[in-house]
Amino acid sequence: MKPRLALCLSVAIGALMGFAAEAKTLRWSSPTDLTTLDPYAHTESFTTSMLHHVFDPLVRRSRNLELEPALAVSWKTVRPDTWRFELRRNVKFHNGNPFTADDVVASINRLLDPGARARGNISTVTGAQKVDDYTVDITTKGPYPLLLNDLAGVYIMDKEWMEANDALKPGNIATGVTTAASSTAVGTGPFKVESYKPDAGTVFVVNPDWWDKTQHNLDRIEFKPIKSDATRVAALLSGELDLIAPAPLQDLQRISGSSGFKVIEEPSLRLIMLSLSFRPELKAMPGQKNPQLDLKVRQAMWHAIDFEAIKKRVMRDRSRNTGTLVAPPVPGYSKDNDKPFGYDLDKAKKLLTEAGYPNGFKTKLNCPNDRYINDEQICVAIASMWTKVGIQTELQTESRATYFPRQDRHEFDVSMVGWATLPPMDGFSVLSSLLTEQKEGYGGSNSGAYSNPQIEELTRKAAVELDEEKRRAMLVEALKVARDTVAYIPVHQQPVAWAIRDGVEVPQFPDEYVRLWFATVK
Amino acid sequence: MKTAASSPRPMSPSLMTRIGAPISVMIAGALALLIVGCALMASWIAPYDPTDLASFELINAELPPAFTAEGDSHFLLGTDNQGRDLLSAMLYGARVSIAIGGGAVLVAATLGVILGLLAGYFGGKVDAVIMRIADVILSFPTILLALLVSGIARALFPGAATAEWAPVILICAIAIHEWVQYARTVRAATMVETAKDYVRAAKVIGLPPSRIMLRHILPNVMSPVLVIATINLAAAVLTEATLSFLGVGMPPTYPSLGTLIRIGNEFVFSGIWWIALFPALTLVILVLAVNIVGDWLRDRFNPKLRVKR
Repeated sequence: MKPRLALCLSVAIGALMGFAAEAKTLRWSSPTDLTTLDPYAHTESFTTSMLHHVFDPLVRRSRNLELEPALAVSWKTVRPDTWRFELRRNVKFHNGNPFTADDVVASINRLLDPGARARGNISTVTGAQKVDDYTVDITTKGPYPLLLNDLAGVYIMDKEWMEANDALKPGNIATGVTTAASSTAVGTGPFKVESYKPDAGTVFVVNPDWWDKTQHNLDRIEFKPIKSDATRVAALLSGELDLIAPAPLQDLQRISGSSGFKVIEEPSLRLIMLSLSFRPELKAMPGQKNPQLDLKVRQAMWHAIDFEAIKKRVMRDRSRNTGTLVAPPVPGYSKDNDKPFGYDLDKAKKLLTEAGYPNGFKTKLNCPNDRYINDEQICVAIASMWTKVGIQTELQTESRATYFPRQDRHEFDVSMVGWATLPPMDGFSVLSSLLTEQKEGYGGSNSGAYSNPQIEELTRKAAVELDEEKRRAMLVEALKVARDTVAYIPVHQQPVAWAIRDGVEVPQFPDEYVRLWFATVK
Repeated sequence: MKTAASSPRPMSPSLMTRIGAPISVMIAGALALLIVGCALMASWIAPYDPTDLASFELINAELPPAFTAEGDSHFLLGTDNQGRDLLSAMLYGARVSIAIGGGAVLVAATLGVILGLLAGYFGGKVDAVIMRIADVILSFPTILLALLVSGIARALFPGAATAEWAPVILICAIAIHEWVQYARTVRAATMVETAKDYVRAAKVIGLPPSRIMLRHILPNVMSPVLVIATINLAAAVLTEATLSFLGVGMPPTYPSLGTLIRIGNEFVFSGIWWIALFPALTLVILVLAVNIVGDWLRDRFNPKLRVKR
């Protein structure tokens, strides 16, 4: 402790004077690292946001988060289930290969492979066909309104490179499959990967041949994951970093009080929730019926958590408690669904007694400790609150590197999920990934095996509904069913809080993506 | 009455001269005993049970110590970020730390003594194999090896991070590095003893090697082992704290001193100083005290270092 503090202080004093030298480098840190460089091997939005610097999708989000042309310049529907994309010409990959329709077809096929962890991101796409060198048709299962939203998350890889490096098949962080693409990224994006050292740092250098007009003034991005909140803040304040995202909530006051630094903050699209196991048995109670299958038990679990206390103490009043599974700006949100059950210990005990568990039961709560804001603290608080109503909760927290693969293997009784409806930014992604059974490309992140026939039907109907109003009504209805049946217990909508040093301009987005191609450094 | 009258001489100087310890060692020993004693009796003297998840309220989180202006008299040293009483958490935490440290020393000493005896007594190939393994292990820093072991254990057994299994993993992770010191010391001493006449005599009358090693050689090589064990205890407690500080130690619901310091470390910039300070102070005092005692023991039991009187 003591030498660390002394070191931090001396570094702080020493470095306060020495900014100016490296003007065009942006150095930043977050608690988490990229899981892989293979865009199809994972579904974590942090890694997706990092890889967006290296790869381009066919369509992307603008500065206002609207969809705009990227590698595709225009598109039209030729049949209800077929979209034709006109591709951008004269685009080159980082290795010099030209970008053509073959790359799009190879990329889509790679993502359609059942072994791809991100397969669910394009659950309705059936294939891609080359029309000519700069025209591609993409077919869907039926009329599908969200194809462009989905494609905004599909990064295009180089076919020649994949062939040469035996990477035409995707990796998968859940099953542990890796390919050459897991550690090398060849895209068309604004930056190239100079070096990638897992858990130590990743360096990006500018791609001078990027097809788009550059809005940033960076030559180099140095990213370093720092898990400890205090160390990350110390590194910012000592001038070792230009940006930290997120900034720890407990230190926001102190950072904005330091001259030369500021905090930027807005509500995130990301909702934190608890996924409950609906399997026949809980890992905590082998050989017995899973109590969580009983609706009353799930209601009791919700009523037993004092979310106001978590908001006030753990989140320092910067989160928003919620009763539904999507954030207000996202299609599918409705005020009527957004009503938390409310903290009521007596009711929780009564419900448990009615369900036949007057003395409670045993369950296991698993959480990451370096992914969501104050994730471990939230989970300790919830474990403590559940224990008070008799639900003996065994808590285990671990790094996301082991946590997410275990969640994907369905090893948890209750586990923490953060869902920001990315990449499509639409409530449909909650239905198609979290609330549906795991088949036909659906239910990719439904780690608790929740299943409800009404939601299955609504999801399949919403998937092909082109009338936006009707489609939204279906999403709202499905999310109401999810709330009524306590499919998940929503915790809160987390804030996006970043801290930057003066002279750095970075636009903030509610999807928490750090888009440094809009960043400028003085 | 009679005894009280007939013992005018104060007790302490005679006790001190009999042990022959300087006053600093006495103080260090007393402090170490006090911390260990309090930790062992944590279940009785702690005001709350911090391992009982139902015993604390989030609403009490981050209360400063009772002696400060905003303090609450219910929580002498304040509360942590979950509303746990910090004093209770420290007492239980010290118990966990000491138990793991002690366990690691016990495992390492047992393993080291057995392997050292075998290597020293048989020599040749047995010696070569054991000592080369020891050399390889010595080439890794303690923390690195411990991180490696606990990392592998966590990857192999999903239950490794739970309150029941984490201490076992930690003990193994620490002991796997520490046994080498015992083995080397015991091996050297055993080689010296093996050449002596009484061991030769035992061999000649046909005693089995196991009996010679355990009954004849072992008692003569034990005193350095005790000294190393004392010094290693402090190192093991520190390694445990480091591992927990790095997040691969005890789970957050069953904190050790290192876990508490890790939790507190997140808050040192936010003015919530007590969560890190008190557990850190306890750890520093405990390790320092045990080290002073260990150093003195080494000097005393090592005839080469002993000053002539």
